[in-house]
Amino acid sequence: MTSMPELAIQAQQIRKNFGKVVALDGVNLSVPVGQIFGLLGPNGAGKTTMIRVLTTVLRADSGTATVMGRSVSHEAPSVRGLIGLAGQYAALDPNLTGRENLRLVGSLTQISGRVAAQRSDELLERFSLSDAGNRLVRTYSGGMRRRLDLAAALVHRPPVIFLDEPTTGLDPESRVELWAVIKELVADGATILLTTQYMEEADRLADQLAVIDHGAVIAEGTPTELKRRLGSSVIELGFADDATATRAAELLAGTSTEEPHVTGRGVQIKSNEGTKLLTRLLRTLDQGGIEPETLTVHEPSLDDVFLSLTGKPTEDSAPPVEAAGKRGRGAR
Amino acid sequence: MTDSPLLGHAPKRGIAALPGLVSDTTALTKRNLLMFRRVPQLLVFATIQPIIFVLMFRFVFGGAINVPNGSYVDFLMPGVFVQTVVFGAVGTAIGLAADLKTGFIERFKALPMAHSSVLIARILSDLTRNIFVVTLMTSVGFAVGFRVHTNPAQFLLAVLLLLAFGAALSFIFATVGIMVREPETAQAAAFPVMAPLVFASSAFVPVESMPGWLQPFAANQPVSAVITAVRSLVLGGPAVSDVLIATAWCVGIVAVAAPSAIWMYRKAV
Ligand SMILES: Nc1ncnc2c1ncn2[C@@H]1O[C@H](COP(=O)(O)OP(=O)(O)OP(=O)(O)O)[C@@H](O)[C@H]1O
Ligand SMILES: [Mg+2]
Repeated sequence: MTSMPELAIQAQQIRKNFGKVVALDGVNLSVPVGQIFGLLGPNGAGKTTMIRVLTTVLRADSGTATVMGRSVSHEAPSVRGLIGLAGQYAALDPNLTGRENLRLVGSLTQISGRVAAQRSDELLERFSLSDAGNRLVRTYSGGMRRRLDLAAALVHRPPVIFLDEPTTGLDPESRVELWAVIKELVADGATILLTTQYMEEADRLADQLAVIDHGAVIAEGTPTELKRRLGSSVIELGFADDATATRAAELLAGTSTEEPHVTGRGVQIKSNEGTKLLTRLLRTLDQGGIEPETLTVHEPSLDDVFLSLTGKPTEDSAPPVEAAGKRGRGAR
Repeated sequence: MTDSPLLGHAPKRGIAALPGLVSDTTALTKRNLLMFRRVPQLLVFATIQPIIFVLMFRFVFGGAINVPNGSYVDFLMPGVFVQTVVFGAVGTAIGLAADLKTGFIERFKALPMAHSSVLIARILSDLTRNIFVVTLMTSVGFAVGFRVHTNPAQFLLAVLLLLAFGAALSFIFATVGIMVREPETAQAAAFPVMAPLVFASSAFVPVESMPGWLQPFAANQPVSAVITAVRSLVLGGPAVSDVLIATAWCVGIVAVAAPSAIWMYRKAV
């Protein structure tokens, strides 16, 4: 066996066009072994296309990419032995049971039937699907399919795992469960590249993030670095009337590096220090004898990210949180 | 070391890849055949339709159709056999389109498996279905008065020819299925291609009864060629040249359609 490469995934100048659509416009990525790398971007940014290229499903028009030091274009078969893929849309046979789906994938990855059977059971257990294991997948709910799809990516225990929007369509509990699985996989030494549209998810999971838009990486860094650059949360206080709001704003001037901004009965203050500022604001108001009626904290959203990175909102900006059902295979 | 995590599974090449190809093909063929149990409509449709044709032509239209020699049911059954495998081949298109639609094939593409096994397994499972359907139709034929006038060996050869033709057509419909990616569309797209081949053929009526302009096509198109060969093998008469022509069609179709199916599969995501 050759010595372990330091980079699990490396991509240089990857380009891919679909007719006139430029899906990838020279993407560079480096993911060290053992990292969780997040690819963040709005609809149509090129996330799925990038994952397809890196998993040998799609050939790039130009550029080079390697997984564990092997070229995705010239050594595709050996790359496939090293990767697990859970695509954006659950890829399962609806007329097989959950267990049969996992075993089929297992037998297609050259592991013995006995081992495949055992791992299928373990994975069903791990993804809380044991009870549904013998039911046809066509009777599964969206979230159950999603979990089974992720399980199917892990049957052959690949060292490099690609997850395309793994938690879209999951309920909060399943989402937290999945985050735990991802952390476990990495603790076992796996490298994970995942895409997401959720800032919170990227924040929780990723060691390193790349923000991608219109097929190009427009920012890269740790979540903390990016958030610092991407701007700030906004604290909004509501008061009984305009006069109180104005008084409150005067009182609060100087508590933060950013000046308070009055809009009618509301006062907005940008914060780069999270809850610390919140405590200070409330204490100041309390000392001044003013009581706010409402309090809202706006965390930086993906839209804010783009706003601050590109100076313009995303073209078809989707609501960043729990967007409506965009499951199901889109028309192509 | 077999169970050590995060090992990766190196693929094999050349001769060493053969066991992998065999086991992948077996796994996928089994899974395809399981579909006939899980979705029995697939098989019911594939069998009810030709049975209805047999009954309709044997008992309703048959009396009005004059055939050169022998009984109409003996003329009809070879036509029905061929019709069965032609319509059955659409199943190949539907199966592949469904696997593309569910994204199953995208998953396959990222797996360290023998990729040719996807097409091979599809052809094999459709071949198995054809064996079943042809056997069934033979029994139906016998029940309504059809008789083999030659010998069992020639009849067996006729069945092999039918199965070979079905497999050749499967390659064409594999291409169609991958192209349209939508099972319903696959069904719809296949019909206009097949209908003229099946109906403007010698399957149900002698070509001589058709208008003059249609006869050259009806007599020489592949479906008629196979029907003619099957008739010669089953009803008697000189069969060698008919069988050679039909075989040539099968080989020719595979030579063109197999590379196109493989090419389409490679391109498909
Ligand atoms: N097979 C295809 N044929 C034509 N255009 C495509 C194809 N796949 C992707 N595209 C286009 O490429 C661009 C990038 O698409 P991609 O699916 O990679 O985006 P994404 O970041 O995954 O978006 P989403 O968040 O909606 O999943 C889009 O403009 C899309 O329309
Ligand atoms: Mg996508």
